[in-house]
Amino acid sequence: MTAPSATIAARASVVHVGRPRWFGDALTIAWRNVLNIRRNPELLVFSTIQPVIFVLMFTYVFGGAIKVPGVRYIDYLMPGIFVQTVVFGSLTTGVGLAEDLQTGLIDRFRSLPMARSAVLVGRTFADLLRNVFVVALMAVVGYLVGWRPDQSALSVLAGLGLVLAFSYSLSWLFANVGLYARNSETAQAISFPIMAPLVFASSAFVPVATMPAWLQTFAEHQPVSVVVDAVRGLTYGGATTQEVLAAVAWIVGIVAVCAPIAVRKYRQVV
Amino acid sequence: MPAPAILAEDLVKTFGDVEALKGVSFGAPTGTVLGLLGPNGAGKTTALRILTTLLRPDRGRAEVLGVDVTVDPVGTRMSIGLAGQNAAVDANLSGRENLRLVGRLTHLPSAEIKRRSDALLEQFDLTRAENRLVRTYSGGMRRRIDLAAALVHRPPVLFLDEPTTGLDPRSRTDLWGTIEDLVADGTTVLLTTQYLEEADRLADRIVVIDHGAVIAEGTATELKGRLGNTVIEVGFGDAAGVARATEQLARLGAISTDGHQLRLSVTNGAAAMLAAVRALDAADLQPLTLALREPTLDDVFLSLTGHAAEEPTPSEDDDASPTGTRRGRRTKTGMAST
Repeated sequence: MTAPSATIAARASVVHVGRPRWFGDALTIAWRNVLNIRRNPELLVFSTIQPVIFVLMFTYVFGGAIKVPGVRYIDYLMPGIFVQTVVFGSLTTGVGLAEDLQTGLIDRFRSLPMARSAVLVGRTFADLLRNVFVVALMAVVGYLVGWRPDQSALSVLAGLGLVLAFSYSLSWLFANVGLYARNSETAQAISFPIMAPLVFASSAFVPVATMPAWLQTFAEHQPVSVVVDAVRGLTYGGATTQEVLAAVAWIVGIVAVCAPIAVRKYRQVV
Repeated sequence: MPAPAILAEDLVKTFGDVEALKGVSFGAPTGTVLGLLGPNGAGKTTALRILTTLLRPDRGRAEVLGVDVTVDPVGTRMSIGLAGQNAAVDANLSGRENLRLVGRLTHLPSAEIKRRSDALLEQFDLTRAENRLVRTYSGGMRRRIDLAAALVHRPPVLFLDEPTTGLDPRSRTDLWGTIEDLVADGTTVLLTTQYLEEADRLADRIVVIDHGAVIAEGTATELKGRLGNTVIEVGFGDAAGVARATEQLARLGAISTDGHQLRLSVTNGAAAMLAAVRALDAADLQPLTLALREPTLDDVFLSLTGHAAEEPTPSEDDDASPTGTRRGRRTKTGMAST
């Protein structure tokens, strides 16, 4: 312990506490969240093992039974796997936020002179970085089991970029779930019923045309299908401008709606 | 008298139909420690959350260093530190990284963050553990790093929400020493606690809160003074003994009972002790224990809340009812805090 006299002397020095800086604060939070991801590698492994199993399962188990005209199933499947991976991965944004609320870390943040938006902006940014890693890994796994895009490298990269942009928009959606749930178990429980129909009632694994008519309308226009179709076109067979624009519209729309609501909810959360 | 560093004026806060605070007022002059004492659900944490800008009051005024916290929340956050009962640090970061996190979020220059971190890790005896992840820390170490994190930016006003709840006695005593050092340093501290001993040891003034209202206020000595100078404690093997002894001893002073124990508050300890012994002996009562001691804040709490036991039994639902201001459970809670 320092003697009181020494600390009194130290107190005389000026303290340079500064006012909020939204960009710097968001970077600091992102730094902290990236460290969290690195310190829990099992979470990262878990979130990549599941899509790898899906790739193997759909390629070698179900793949033989699913016939998509005019394309090898692996080339049809991979865009769906990419999108499915980031959809399920975005769960961690909500669960992580709920955990921070639960432990009281958010209370500390809210008592500091930092930008109100930083906790959310920083976390969604860190989750985006994680997804860059996961998507790159999935691309390698896909290549190993025979995925061969027939479009230009630039077009394929644009497709993967679209996947990442979609993952970022979903982080904002599930940030709301986390802030609403306030604990990680509830956040998970709420998230699954949102994700399952989006992922499975979509064009991710099978053509929408094979579904019953009443489901097709939903399946065709919901964001997962729209993004998967665009990525599929960008990687195999060629995409129309309209497909890509529809995907971008969904992504921009989700962020435009979910981000302000989440920031507002964060300010108010007790 | 200068403006108090911490001021709460008639704070009211309602959650749904539960009145967490029903017009609470208190103040702490610069450089002093104010203890908010009360059982769980009394409203202490709500008051602290309002003063630290985490919660807006429905009514009333909350000031830190003369500034209304609802008018200038950012300015308030620049001059306060908060350490919570849940040790709100990032368990997946090391001790040093946690301090760096707070240093960056308070926008200190990096050289200053380094200097402050070195000094705090040293002061809190965490230098050897500075690079270990906090999730590997013991409970006491977690509280220390939590407190250190609240001090990185040298806040002149510090809020401690039940800083030692759940700690073992040794860690608690250590943390008390640390808090005393901070106070010697001129920091103004608001401390919430359910431990009477903690308030007694650390606080210059104590505000006793229950069911969202202040039920007593004063220095530890003043609060104890309400009870007379001395307490005679008589223990029996059963409640019947307590009841019979109460009859015999009631003329000697104020009596509060609790299970198999009876506490008699008196002004002249030695004489009263003799009288008590004679009275018990004459009634052929054989106590298991008999002791003369200085009053503690436990006695204060029991006597402040002891009326409750004599009133019609309220429902067991502690937190939901906005009406009960005098409740039987307080006696039990007061005991649980010892």
